[in-house]
Amino acid sequence: MIKISKQGHHLIVLITVLMLFSYLMQNYADEHILMVANFIGISIILAVSLNLTNGFTGLFSLGHPAFMAIGGYTTAILTFPIAKRALFLPDFPEQLANIQLSFVPALLIGGLLAATIAALVGFSVLRLKGHYLAVATMGFLIIVQVMINNFDSITRGPTGLNGLEEFTTIYWVYGWVFVTIYTAWKVKFSSLGRSMLAIREDEIASKSLGINLFSTRNLAFVLGAFFAGIAGGLWAHLVTALTPNTFSLIMSFNIVLIVVVGGTGSITGSIIAAILFTLFTELLKPIEESFSLFGLSQIIIAVILILVLIFKPKGLFGSSEPEFLR
Amino acid sequence: MSFDYIVQQIANGITLGSMYALVAVGFSMIYGIMRLINFAHGDIVMIGAFTTLYLLQNIGLPLPIVAIMVLIVGFGVGMLVEKSIFLPMRGSPQVTGFIASLSLSIMLQNFGILILSAQPRNFNFPEYMNSIITVSTIKFKVLDVVIIVTTIVLVIALLLLINKTKLGIAIRATAQNLDVARLMGININRVIMLTFAIGSAIAAVAGLMWGGKFGQIDPLMGYIPGLKAFVAAVIGGVGSIPGAILGGFILGISEVLFVGLMPPEYSSFRDAFVFIILIVILIVMPNGLLGKNMEDRA
Repeated sequence: MIKISKQGHHLIVLITVLMLFSYLMQNYADEHILMVANFIGISIILAVSLNLTNGFTGLFSLGHPAFMAIGGYTTAILTFPIAKRALFLPDFPEQLANIQLSFVPALLIGGLLAATIAALVGFSVLRLKGHYLAVATMGFLIIVQVMINNFDSITRGPTGLNGLEEFTTIYWVYGWVFVTIYTAWKVKFSSLGRSMLAIREDEIASKSLGINLFSTRNLAFVLGAFFAGIAGGLWAHLVTALTPNTFSLIMSFNIVLIVVVGGTGSITGSIIAAILFTLFTELLKPIEESFSLFGLSQIIIAVILILVLIFKPKGLFGSSEPEFLR
Repeated sequence: MSFDYIVQQIANGITLGSMYALVAVGFSMIYGIMRLINFAHGDIVMIGAFTTLYLLQNIGLPLPIVAIMVLIVGFGVGMLVEKSIFLPMRGSPQVTGFIASLSLSIMLQNFGILILSAQPRNFNFPEYMNSIITVSTIKFKVLDVVIIVTTIVLVIALLLLINKTKLGIAIRATAQNLDVARLMGININRVIMLTFAIGSAIAAVAGLMWGGKFGQIDPLMGYIPGLKAFVAAVIGGVGSIPGAILGGFILGISEVLFVGLMPPEYSSFRDAFVFIILIVILIVMPNGLLGKNMEDRA
């Protein structure tokens, strides 16, 4: 018999569970539940990837939706059928006019572009600390929104892109959920991850132990941005429409909330909080609509976050993973 | 582009700048004393605007009385918020307070949507506020003059409070060093609460002006003034009151000039321009124009 390590064992369980879940959803769930399952997957990707940046390294970033927007728009534009472009995007730049990719390469290019931009932005912004970094990344989010609103020739401005093809299936979503969790897990329990956690706890101490602050932080930021870009691409072809206002500060708040409630630094915490958050908002939607109590779910969520911050500031799991998984 | 045009633009910039300055002053005071980036500050502006709307149009009180009532409402809301949310978090990391203020902001906005609906409402000041004064070639509305004068009066009152009264001394001491202030027998929780309340009261009055100037208010209106106040405070040096006022005017004037002097197709990049300035200033001179080096930000 082949010997399987504990790590390998968990890996097999994770793959099996995700595949089984996707298969069941694809074949037995109705359309609405399938959609919710997809949203849960995307939330998990977003939360776990933000945890790489925010949780492990302590870089409090509000710019996650900006990278999502970059990934989403890139994927959508690259896969946009050439035949339809003349109608939807009459002023499309000529150099790109004849390029049309299939979903997977477009998605990867979207993620890589988000990562590249993160590297450029991080180069200057990551010198800032704590809430100053938060505000600078929020400024970045607003700049990206303004840019998307104004580059009509490729993004159609405030109207947004619609009628995108439904490339995103539940298998793609949960495939990427797996990649994200696997990467985050590998990073966390490697020397790189230890350096990240060390930086979060004490910069001067970690610097004196020979950790390169700059490159480690930048790497955490870029990795987070890559997965955010991928999530954006998946989102675009799931919802089949993109507007600049989707990628707002509210979205950024919601992702941060998932990470904080789950415990900054805990992958398990992020996953559980992402599932709970998505289910909660989806369950409250019909109540909001039938009693026309718009805004109710956001209020409840905001109150929950404040209570967590006051009474359990480390979140559900702190920065650790449950005992049986380690 | 004539000289008169530029002067007119600068005059408009001063009006906008005084509103920014008012919001920024409170923001900066709150930061100075508790190192909190209060994201919900802009939503106090919204509360002020809606209180004005209610008192002016539903009850029909005269404007000066409304202004005083708005000041009181802002003060009360500030006190309540500080006591219920930020007091229990005293001593936790700065980012915690920031996230809490972000969720407070979202809470207030959604309460607004829930109670008042997201529809923008028209905001009409009495007719005499809109009559026009002409000084040589520059045109002012009475409202603009009122905004500038009120700002000056409030700022002077605030500076007197900070520099001449016992509470002011306590506020400055607490801002300088919380623990030592406590050792000197200052009730720091009370001082912080009062500072928060005063800052909020001023922001609420700014809401009154904001509504009058732009003529429409909605529950999400606080977002932009809040962010702009932050930028203004950073330009002037966060924590410094004269800095916040200076920053407010610089931001107001440069924003108006950006829109007025650049070709029209660039004017929709206005907000991007503001935030690029913010990021550049944060990186290049994190202490702003008049700020002291209180801690390392970069």
